[in-house]
Amino acid sequence: MTTRELTYVKAFNEGMHQVMAEDPDVFLIGEDVAGYGGVFHMFDGLLTEFGGTRVVDTPISEQAIIGLGVGAAARGLRPVCDLMFMDFVGVAMDQIFNQAAKMKYMFGGNVSVPLTITTAGGAGMSAAAQHSQSLEAWLAHIPGLKVAMPASPYDAKGLIVGAIRDDNPTIVVLNKKMLGVKGPVPEELYSIPFGVANVVREGSNATIVAIGRMVVEAEKAAANLEAAGISVEIIDPRSVQPLDIDTILTSVKKTHRVLVVHEAVEFGGIGAEISSQIQESAFDYLDAPVTRLAAPFAPVPFAPILENAYVPDAPRIEAVVRRLLERK
Amino acid sequence: MATPTEALEAVMPTTRELVLDLHRRMVRIRRFEERAGKLVESGDMPGFLHLYVGQEAVAAGVCSALTDADQITSTHRGHGHAIAKGADFRPMFAELYGKTTGYCKGRGGSMHIVDMNRGMLGANAIVGGGIPIAVGAAFASQYRGDGTVAVSFFGDGATNIGAFHESVNMAAVLNLPVIFVIENNGYAEFTPQDRHMKLTDIADRASSYGIPGVIVDGMDALAVRDVALVAIERAKRGEGPTLIEAKTYRYFDHQGIKGMRILYRDPAEVEAWKTRDAINLIEAIGVERGLVSAEEFAEIWAQTEADIEDGIEFARNSPDPDPVDILDDVYTS
Ligand SMILES: Cc1ncc(C[n+]2csc(CCOP(=O)(O)OP(=O)(O)O)c2C)c(N)n1
Ligand SMILES: [Mg+2]
Repeated sequence: MTTRELTYVKAFNEGMHQVMAEDPDVFLIGEDVAGYGGVFHMFDGLLTEFGGTRVVDTPISEQAIIGLGVGAAARGLRPVCDLMFMDFVGVAMDQIFNQAAKMKYMFGGNVSVPLTITTAGGAGMSAAAQHSQSLEAWLAHIPGLKVAMPASPYDAKGLIVGAIRDDNPTIVVLNKKMLGVKGPVPEELYSIPFGVANVVREGSNATIVAIGRMVVEAEKAAANLEAAGISVEIIDPRSVQPLDIDTILTSVKKTHRVLVVHEAVEFGGIGAEISSQIQESAFDYLDAPVTRLAAPFAPVPFAPILENAYVPDAPRIEAVVRRLLERK
Repeated sequence: MATPTEALEAVMPTTRELVLDLHRRMVRIRRFEERAGKLVESGDMPGFLHLYVGQEAVAAGVCSALTDADQITSTHRGHGHAIAKGADFRPMFAELYGKTTGYCKGRGGSMHIVDMNRGMLGANAIVGGGIPIAVGAAFASQYRGDGTVAVSFFGDGATNIGAFHESVNMAAVLNLPVIFVIENNGYAEFTPQDRHMKLTDIADRASSYGIPGVIVDGMDALAVRDVALVAIERAKRGEGPTLIEAKTYRYFDHQGIKGMRILYRDPAEVEAWKTRDAINLIEAIGVERGLVSAEEFAEIWAQTEADIEDGIEFARNSPDPDPVDILDDVYTS
């Protein structure tokens, strides 16, 4: 494989190009995805390469965008429906959670919905309460949906391909603040299936389970801690639904201390689920309570000083890990 | 496009006070937007802005026909509505700078300006999000019988979202005192109107809901005011909502002053609309009719400039929020 450095958004874009070239049933639809290439450049060049039948601009009608995807998927196509900002799932929610998610089961297995929803989440851009949310726990709570949150350029490409090839409704949540982050990406088409965690870094003193962009912050914290002689293992679940709890448990049984970090609010977040599963399955291995670091229970504030305090970062991750290690 | 008819002129004459009032509202919007846009682009101010320059006549014309007790809901492109409704520069700039003295204490930023004292029920970052809220405000007007009305401003693109259709129909059925104002600037982000709907005149959508649909020149503040007054009177008589389509144009990019990544509009189109500039038009009317002198108009520009400097100065000197208070106001205590 030939590998080179690509940005997160370029890697995602390359995955879209390659999977559309591979499978003529894949099409893309959403607001300003064709002529403009998507407001985050996610879909650059797709209209030129695949034409207006497969790359379609729509009116501002999120409910109809997703509903169209559900119907087309039920007919066997593989729609990629873009929702631009994750906050807009609210407008389309009925089609996502009552329709797409339930058709397989409710119809007794007769209908598959190989629909992919793409969107961008996360805070840190002074975009305020309606353009900054991390709503993955909300989506992951719905049986029938699958939710991935790529945390590197490599994963952005592999997970969009994995999502499109998956026969279920999937949601790929890119992180807005990571769009320009660079990393190694193979030129070839490859796929990362949902439900397979990534051991980002091996370590022995503590485990950090980090979601989405928090993986990057955890890596910075781990580098600092290493300099202080503390060895941290980082697990990126990649998809929060399905959740690869086995990889997390294996790590916990090795390190005995675990911190879960995410951008979404702490209450009812994915960290609560992970923590609960660890305690149920590996209680005897724990030397400290499973700890969470997440956003406070408030909407995302606009002012940079508030937003910085709101979103967890490397220094706070480092501090919490140190506290975890102090417990005897 | 409707222009003030002679009949309207008789009942709603173009007075010196009116020309000055509309001019002041529009100049305040324009200079605020130009300054704020530059402050963001120079990195002095956080976030990103959807600027209202070009569309001033719509907010000014409609809001000049409202009182502080009347309510408006707004959009991501909301600074103009707030200013036209009487919002002050100091808390506006402070909000854009994320300061405690801002309209939302720095919590909301550009897309969420609110001023409950002036009937500005809030800007909205979800396209179409404000439309049903205006219906609710109008419901409260009817419920209380207080003679107030509600106005919802939104774009051409927003009329494609379910919330628009549900709201207009419900308001029609309930005869609510609400005015729906479409600011048709021809684009939803980078998509031109003819690629997001089959209609040329969005006002035609009114017929689906059995209410009047009115088209007005959105570059002519006097014309906008006239159709707004007619709609307001109708609403106050209990005859229900009106859909107004103001044909207008935004001079700057969808977001920020410049930054078009692709050429989605013909530069000649932008220039053509600028020849019909709303502020130039009202100045021409004022001077030609001998109502206002060029010097008086110049004074409004100068006063606006001073107010803007004062607002920026105030904002810059205001304290940042304290993260200790981050959980305040999540709930009403
Ligand atoms: C529900 C929703 N979908 C999409 C967006 C992204 N978006 C922001 S502004 C905009 C275009 C709005 O067009 P229009 O209603 O014509 O208003 P204009 O920007 O022209 O003032 C879009 C698609 C959004 N904020 N909310
Ligand atoms: Mg528009």
